[in-house]
Amino acid sequence: MKKNIANAIALTLLWIAAIVTVAVLGTVILYVFVNGIGELTPKFIFTWPEGVAAEGGIWPTIVSTMYVTVLAMVIVTPIAILAAVYLAEYAVQGRLVNTIRFAADSLASVPSIVMGLFGLALFVEAAGIGFSMLSAALALSFLMLPIVMRTTEEAIRAVPKYIRWGSYGLGATKWQVVSRSVLPASMPRIVTGIILATGRAVGETAVVIYTMGQAINLPITLFDSGRPMTVHLYLLAMEGINLPAAYGTALLLMILILTFNLGARYFLRRNRKV
Amino acid sequence: MSYRSTPVPDDALEKITVKGLDFFYGDFHALTDITVGIKEKAVTAFIGPSGCGKSTFLRCFNRMNDLIPGARAEGRITLDGQDIYAAGVDPVDLRRRIGMIFQQPNPFPMSIYDNVAFGPRLQGVKKADLDKIVQTSLERANLWKETKDILGRNGLALSGGQQQRLCIARVLAVEPEVMLMDEPCSAIDPTSVQKIEDLMAELKDRITIVIVTHNMQQAARVSDFTAFFLQEMAGEPAVLVEYDRTANIFTSPKDRRTEDYITGRFG
Repeated sequence: MKKNIANAIALTLLWIAAIVTVAVLGTVILYVFVNGIGELTPKFIFTWPEGVAAEGGIWPTIVSTMYVTVLAMVIVTPIAILAAVYLAEYAVQGRLVNTIRFAADSLASVPSIVMGLFGLALFVEAAGIGFSMLSAALALSFLMLPIVMRTTEEAIRAVPKYIRWGSYGLGATKWQVVSRSVLPASMPRIVTGIILATGRAVGETAVVIYTMGQAINLPITLFDSGRPMTVHLYLLAMEGINLPAAYGTALLLMILILTFNLGARYFLRRNRKV
Repeated sequence: MSYRSTPVPDDALEKITVKGLDFFYGDFHALTDITVGIKEKAVTAFIGPSGCGKSTFLRCFNRMNDLIPGARAEGRITLDGQDIYAAGVDPVDLRRRIGMIFQQPNPFPMSIYDNVAFGPRLQGVKKADLDKIVQTSLERANLWKETKDILGRNGLALSGGQQQRLCIARVLAVEPEVMLMDEPCSAIDPTSVQKIEDLMAELKDRITIVIVTHNMQQAARVSDFTAFFLQEMAGEPAVLVEYDRTANIFTSPKDRRTEDYITGRFG
């Protein structure tokens, strides 16, 4: 009898915890949705902000966010994959490799505002690039690098050893085993890691606020400044300029990130199926 | 004994010759003083209880053991008279001449076509020649009829037995002289086992086959020669107890331990 009561209490607590988790997520999404959906028109997405109250649309901020995200992804992907291949396949496993891994994990947990400050000091000022897409993308890439590198390393390690044996057994060199068997076999998980890191970059505020500037520009070259969606949202809300537009921006941002996450899941599932 | 094909003549050449081989995993002495001659264009079976080092021995032939840190072989193994552990022998080249089939069918997660074309592509075979090689290899592995219309499908979509024949086709595509098979039938269904055994009888007209099996009936069915390995005491290296024509091993073994094993008294 006593056991049953304990069981019932435990089960109830677990249920409550689960419901709270889902409820928090649901409330946030619902709140932003209800407040933002009215704003979400083609005009809002595809036109420029106008006047002191930022009426109109947010098109330049969407372009800025996409621009810097894609650029950061292009910078990060080759470096992260090469580093992961080295760590997983070539480096002699030992203290050095463990130190590198620990460094990557630590890098991933550096507060993003610190990374933003660093980007400001290094790229914007010391390197003289100024507030620009390039500065912001480089700073963002510091944030994405450890995520992509570690997921890639895990993906490479997860490739079954008999896949490697099969490849060696056919007379493949080490590099052929890595490039033709191991990387293709781990590609779905690597791509998933890249997509997730990219989703993180889309939502990043602290890093870009220091490195991209705030000017409402439609960026063309790498050295143009701009205002990403997150910063636009911050300014609209904090300074009470245009709250409905802030919610509209927030909703669009959430939709973008959700798309990235669902895309990653879809990609992983499709490639698991054979 | 191998009733499916012509018997191997007594004067058949030795494809692989092993003299006084000792093998170590770090401090562990796994095999000692193995001397054996593998006949050309014949099927040789390695039998013995689990853990007797027969798979380890097999992996010495294509230097697959090189991939294991701390593993080392002492003694001499020659392929066509050439020392395969000599300085200057590239294991990569060796493995093109000596193909290997594993216990777990291991097709790559790519199309059937790409699986078979994998080895030739490593060697830079021209694209125009690949179609022919893929077809011939699948035909030789008795898999062409089942796969000719689905060459673009992922190799992992095949059944376990088909996957193993795909792996055989993949090895055949690089035209090896020797095929090592490490318990190739232990992870697949009985119908597929029969197909693979039939296949071995066909293939040995052209290549030398060495098979590790824990199934004595299989050794008796498919092989011309049988080697019996045994580790008599835990922690001691395994030895080659007896090596002879399969018919002799199973009907009139010379060593008492062989007789005990094949009559099922241990192992």
